[in-house]
Amino acid sequence: MSTEILMPALSPTMTEGNLSKWLIKKGDTVKAGDLIAEIETDKATMEVEAVDEGVVLDLLFKEGEANIPVNKAIAIIGDPNEKVEVKKEAPVEKVIEEKKIEKNIETKIETKQDDIIDTTSPKIEEDTNLSSEEITMRQALRDTMAEEMRKDNKVFVLGEEVAEYQGAYKVTQGLLQEFGKERVLDTPISEHGFTGLAVGAAFKGLRPILEFMTFNFSMQAIDHIINSAAKTLYMSGGQINCPIVFRGPNGAAAQVAAQHSQDFSSWYSQVPGLKVIAPSTPYNAKGLLRSAISDPNPVIFLENEILYGLKGPVNNDVNFSIPIGKANIEKEGKDLTIVTYSIMLQKSKEAALKLKEEYNLDAEIIDLQTLRPLDIEKILDSVKKTNRLITVEESWPFGSVGSEIANIVQRDAFDYLDSPVIKVNSADVPMPYSLSLEKLYLPQVDDIINAAKKVSYIK
Amino acid sequence: MMKLQKADYIKMYSFMLKIRRFEERAAQLYGMGKIGGFCHLYIGQEAVVVGILMTIDKNDSVVTTYRDHGHMIARGLDPKRIMAELTGREDGYSAGKGGSMHMFSKENNFYGGHGIVGAQVPIGTGIAFTHKYNGEKNICRTYIGDGAMNNGQVFEAFNLAALWKLPVLYIIENNKYGMGTSVDRAAAGLDLYKRGEAFGIPGEKVDGMNVFSVIEAADKAGKYVREGNGPYIIEVQTYRYRGHSMSDPAKYRTKEELDNYKQTDPIEIVKAEILKKKIATNDEIEKINKDTLEEIKNAAEFAINSPFPKDSELYTDVYL
Repeated sequence: MSTEILMPALSPTMTEGNLSKWLIKKGDTVKAGDLIAEIETDKATMEVEAVDEGVVLDLLFKEGEANIPVNKAIAIIGDPNEKVEVKKEAPVEKVIEEKKIEKNIETKIETKQDDIIDTTSPKIEEDTNLSSEEITMRQALRDTMAEEMRKDNKVFVLGEEVAEYQGAYKVTQGLLQEFGKERVLDTPISEHGFTGLAVGAAFKGLRPILEFMTFNFSMQAIDHIINSAAKTLYMSGGQINCPIVFRGPNGAAAQVAAQHSQDFSSWYSQVPGLKVIAPSTPYNAKGLLRSAISDPNPVIFLENEILYGLKGPVNNDVNFSIPIGKANIEKEGKDLTIVTYSIMLQKSKEAALKLKEEYNLDAEIIDLQTLRPLDIEKILDSVKKTNRLITVEESWPFGSVGSEIANIVQRDAFDYLDSPVIKVNSADVPMPYSLSLEKLYLPQVDDIINAAKKVSYIK
Repeated sequence: MMKLQKADYIKMYSFMLKIRRFEERAAQLYGMGKIGGFCHLYIGQEAVVVGILMTIDKNDSVVTTYRDHGHMIARGLDPKRIMAELTGREDGYSAGKGGSMHMFSKENNFYGGHGIVGAQVPIGTGIAFTHKYNGEKNICRTYIGDGAMNNGQVFEAFNLAALWKLPVLYIIENNKYGMGTSVDRAAAGLDLYKRGEAFGIPGEKVDGMNVFSVIEAADKAGKYVREGNGPYIIEVQTYRYRGHSMSDPAKYRTKEELDNYKQTDPIEIVKAEILKKKIATNDEIEKINKDTLEEIKNAAEFAINSPFPKDSELYTDVYL
């Protein structure tokens, strides 16, 4: 049986090549791996090896011949005793055209919504199992980690100062004492290394809770969060999942300036493969963290340093959880919708009170709770009722969570809108240090009121 | 040194040959436009992975770089499905979503196939962490290219592995070039195996063209790690015959250098040993050659005929 040796494509852009030199001649015996020719490509001259064995029956081009198309036969090898018909014009194999798949991201978002189990977010005012005692967000997070660690010994905590120091913000207080140093691990200050290590442990079946002292330091480890944790399930064709929670304070604290005050909510929300959660109260912090720890996917859990001391009642049932992907209607209203999350919920509530008192505007407040996947349905239902929307968040304005919401609402509820959507964000600058400038940088209650007035056409 | 049986010699020869034939065929399919993107071949380095293979337990884990085809073959994975991944088809190990650089087989404890230089090092360290956390006696073999040895996360991982005494065996495959930059132009201090010294990690340098040297070092190092002494580094001196990837003409090195290494071809060394020890005859070797060629030909055939993934697969495996 004879085999044709074809002009190879030696680079992704090569369409034809020049035969600079034959390293074999007719009658030679070649083995797989033998060098047979030198081909000049669009980039360089490279050697070509044989992959088949046999005797060279014919060389179809002379040395020096140029512009030979890729996949054209250049030589024939085979058994000399077999009679072969040498085709003058070898068929050029058609390169399969990449099928153009409609990459409709917006359809995709809708598909994901359908996948979410149809449970609504439990409402605190209807919760009959509410604690009489109020606890801080810090305690709520700690208690939930401890409860999940008691249930499943594959859950462990690692991060800087999480063990002996009891947590840089005391969120892991007492965990070392209860679970020991095998399950509560102080790491060196090497985010890139210990994040990669935790991701590897999650690939192998453990369920790490990784604390970033603040999310600002997650940038040291961003390659492992995006390239390793978020993409491996997909790249492995569904074989290897990564059940890990990355948690810690996100956004501005107080006067820690540009490098320690960044809000990463829209960064992480952009990434398929990640889920992103941003709790706003001790109650939802508890329910959401439990869902995050139980989730088989990587979850970014964005806390807020200023909220750590916020007190409120919680549901102490060790199985109480709030589903990922469900927003909460914090306050019902009919005149406009305020979509917000994390610390901006508090400012939005203050703004809503003033809007009622001073302008008789009844605002509906949606606390997103989860940023990815986004609870689009709840936002659209609200906008269809109030016909006006503002988004309030601490992140920078360019490509923020509010930008995506504005896009979805104009697409799916265009006819319901009585005014353009207005976004309230931080200033589009690095965070300044000075107290006065920091205040200017962050969204304030008055900014929210002004946006609400604008969508309501109140001067 | 561990005692090698006659069957071990045949196994080594067969696996090394299978890797070589596979890579040659992959190069051909790349040339035909059947394989796209980046494609990094293992030709010349076969003795490294096959030598290590001879010393392992099947429950040990492994993680490597994007030059991974040979590692998968050595792991006993099916060349048909590896090739089908290279051609981006649904029968590939990653169902056509990973490609040459991102292949995995969880059931065989093969954790990739990583496309980012150095990223597999903390990941492998984390897999070793899991073995220890679960109280298992297994180790994680973590392969590192010489190029990655200048990447910061490698040292972060070394520090953690030594600090927590993790059962990880680091194998530096020093093939002399990180893409087009030779080791001496990239690394200050050429003894890469000594780079764990600061963390108290022992290391040694081994001739990677000779599978018997690799086995000896891997056996010793594997025992050290398995006994709970913490990490160990083996630097294997090897050489890739081909360019960094398919589109690299490798003009940064001389033909003499390449030819020099080909004189110590790892497959020929095993073959010579087999003939010398009369483990097999020339005819028997020929039969292995023919069978291997046939197997790889069939793998290519399979990979070209396997269907492309369904369009609906675009949206699967994003979340579990």
